Amino acid sequence: MNNKSRLHIPHPTARPGEKPDFSYLDLSPAGHADKPAVDVRTRDIEHLSRGLVRVLDDDHEAKGPWNPNFDAGQLQTGLRWMLLNRIFDERMWKIQRQGRISFYMQATGEEAVSIAQGMALRPGDMCFPSYRNQGLFMYRGVKLVDMMCQCLSNTRDMCQGRQLPIMYHSKSGNVFSISGNLGTQYPHAVGWAMAAAIKGEDHIAVSWVGDGSTAEADFHHALTFAAVYQAPVILNVVNNQWAISTFQGTAGGERRSFAARGLGLGMPGIRVDGNDLLAVYDVTSWAADRARNGGGPTLIELVTYRGGPHSTSDDPAKYRPKDEWASFPLGDPIERLKQHMIALGNWSDAKHEGLIDELETQVTAAWKEAQQHGTMTEGPRLDPATMFDDVYADKPHNLELQQRRMLEIEGGE
Amino acid sequence: MARMNMIEAIRSAHDVMMEKDPSVIVIGQDVGYFGGVFRCTDGLQKKYGEQRVIDAPIAEGGIIGAAIGMGVNGLRPVAEIQFADYIYPGFDQIVSELARLRYRSSGDFFSPVTIRAPCGGGIRGGQTHSQSPEAIFTHISGIKTVMPSNPYDAKGLLISAIESDDPVIFFEPKRIYNGPFDGDPDKPAVSWASHPKGEVPDGYYTVPLGEAVVVESGKELTIITYGTLVHVAIAAAQETGVDCEIIDVRTLAPLDVATLAESVKKTGRCLIAHEATRFGGYGAELVATVQKECFYHLEAPIGRVAGWDTPYPHAFEWQYFPGLKRLSAGIRKVMEAE
Repeated sequence: MNNKSRLHIPHPTARPGEKPDFSYLDLSPAGHADKPAVDVRTRDIEHLSRGLVRVLDDDHEAKGPWNPNFDAGQLQTGLRWMLLNRIFDERMWKIQRQGRISFYMQATGEEAVSIAQGMALRPGDMCFPSYRNQGLFMYRGVKLVDMMCQCLSNTRDMCQGRQLPIMYHSKSGNVFSISGNLGTQYPHAVGWAMAAAIKGEDHIAVSWVGDGSTAEADFHHALTFAAVYQAPVILNVVNNQWAISTFQGTAGGERRSFAARGLGLGMPGIRVDGNDLLAVYDVTSWAADRARNGGGPTLIELVTYRGGPHSTSDDPAKYRPKDEWASFPLGDPIERLKQHMIALGNWSDAKHEGLIDELETQVTAAWKEAQQHGTMTEGPRLDPATMFDDVYADKPHNLELQQRRMLEIEGGE
Repeated sequence: MARMNMIEAIRSAHDVMMEKDPSVIVIGQDVGYFGGVFRCTDGLQKKYGEQRVIDAPIAEGGIIGAAIGMGVNGLRPVAEIQFADYIYPGFDQIVSELARLRYRSSGDFFSPVTIRAPCGGGIRGGQTHSQSPEAIFTHISGIKTVMPSNPYDAKGLLISAIESDDPVIFFEPKRIYNGPFDGDPDKPAVSWASHPKGEVPDGYYTVPLGEAVVVESGKELTIITYGTLVHVAIAAAQETGVDCEIIDVRTLAPLDVATLAESVKKTGRCLIAHEATRFGGYGAELVATVQKECFYHLEAPIGRVAGWDTPYPHAFEWQYFPGLKRLSAGIRKVMEAE
């Protein structure tokens, strides 16, 4: 017997009680990555899938060719929306802990993804979000009160009580309905983009999955179709290092970056500092320009860290070091942008605190208003008869009968 | 009027709808240049171009997933799955996405995808080219499931399916693509040329979704069936000499209960027949429905003829397929009961 095969089980670098270790992350200095023309051949930019596009350096300066050179207004826009995302999440988390909504998911530490990418897209571009893209809904005009009402399943719920909290959608904001199944939206984005190309429109589609969901078949279907038809689509992998308790190596991230997943299909991949609003904005703008100019799809890996639990249903202290986020070399996107703005001289701690107060007041007002439309225990309730609506365009006979029967039983027969 | 077989009728439905509505597109494996392995899309790419008749990679989940996205962006995709047996890699996209999109978004988003798939046995296809998975789909809220039994209905139902804003799974019994089949494989093949339902208008017409049809009137026994077995049931009624009323369900979901109930109340006896396996099959739903609607009119237990609860065996096709012998035996059994 000379059998040397062995089953390799990937392990994260640190579990609870161990010292956080991000040495596995390949980092490039800010300003280091080159910025190619949007019509560059994929084979000529394969290195961008291995490196890391960064603009903000550790001294809070913006550097290099990917610097979008934001003016003070744009910087404040980015900061304001990221902060709103975080403050909203913090409030909704507490509300869930008080038992006033059934479930919640925060985007803590990943706010730059939704906000920077939201800023880089046009309103006519269609977004196919993941469950941690709430910032995108906010940025694209969904009112906080409407998001809260969705989480409450109350009379103003956009989903009429049919979806778990946070599964928002916005027809007018061009943000697709969040499924709850993972990765399924990826091929939808590609199909939507194919349709845009068939119709000769210059809108693009954009979608997001996590590192964990890249293992799903839908991820691979989407990449194949996007590459084959050169669909005008941006496919994002938000690599926040953790899929609940499973680290990104178990999804296949141990040996090559997720950005490199498309190279075999001839699709460019760019690995970007996901906690750097400026870098994320510029990389997204580049990919959007490329798509709009007939260059086809781009796969973007956004390297970030899930600062909070996966959802209100898990405790990360049971599977990763408590202080891991504090050791994450790419820091916190809000803090980094804030320090950059202070370094530029157009922001201050006092202004920052003022903005936080303003946004907290806004969130408080929205929560007050949301409760007027019903809570889990009080106020107006959705009519259960509506549960039979929208299964089909027109209600078939069997659903009419079941609706009548349900009402008879609920009405005491 | 023209004479068409089922393949030509299905192709004609595509042609009529692609001509009428520029948002109709076709996507699937081998559907474009080659015109489909069963020729159902032959000539469409030449006529409507590569942007509207798209050859796809071999990834059913990708085909259905992309079609959903196209539908959300205003197109009306017709996706061909080469064999119903290959539909399972796309199952999650059908169940979790296509079927529920309208519901979960309160009607704000929907995707009017039609998925066509040749189904059923009798063509020496073995266990991966002979399945009848319709019950799996009728169990899903939010999609409609259709199976025609002749060229006229195939075209009219497919046009209705494409026009429907609801997703439709459209199963085509491939054994009867070229001609009706009475369940006896030893008889020479028959074409649609002399069959009344082989006469098909060239242009636009619809057969509405959700309506069953009485294909033979009778007084003694109602046979409820669909697809290939409609023709087997007609032959079995002739062989047994029982005066059967034969109903072709056509749209399996949502089900036209009224047509079924009216017939069974009249005849007092009922036999249900399908090619698919028996346990947990679509026939079980039909039995339950007829029992509820017609219990006090029934003179005998409701009979059921179906495929055996095994995979579809290549070498024993005619022992597996519920053909003339099995249907005739089923009729006699329901008639014998007091």
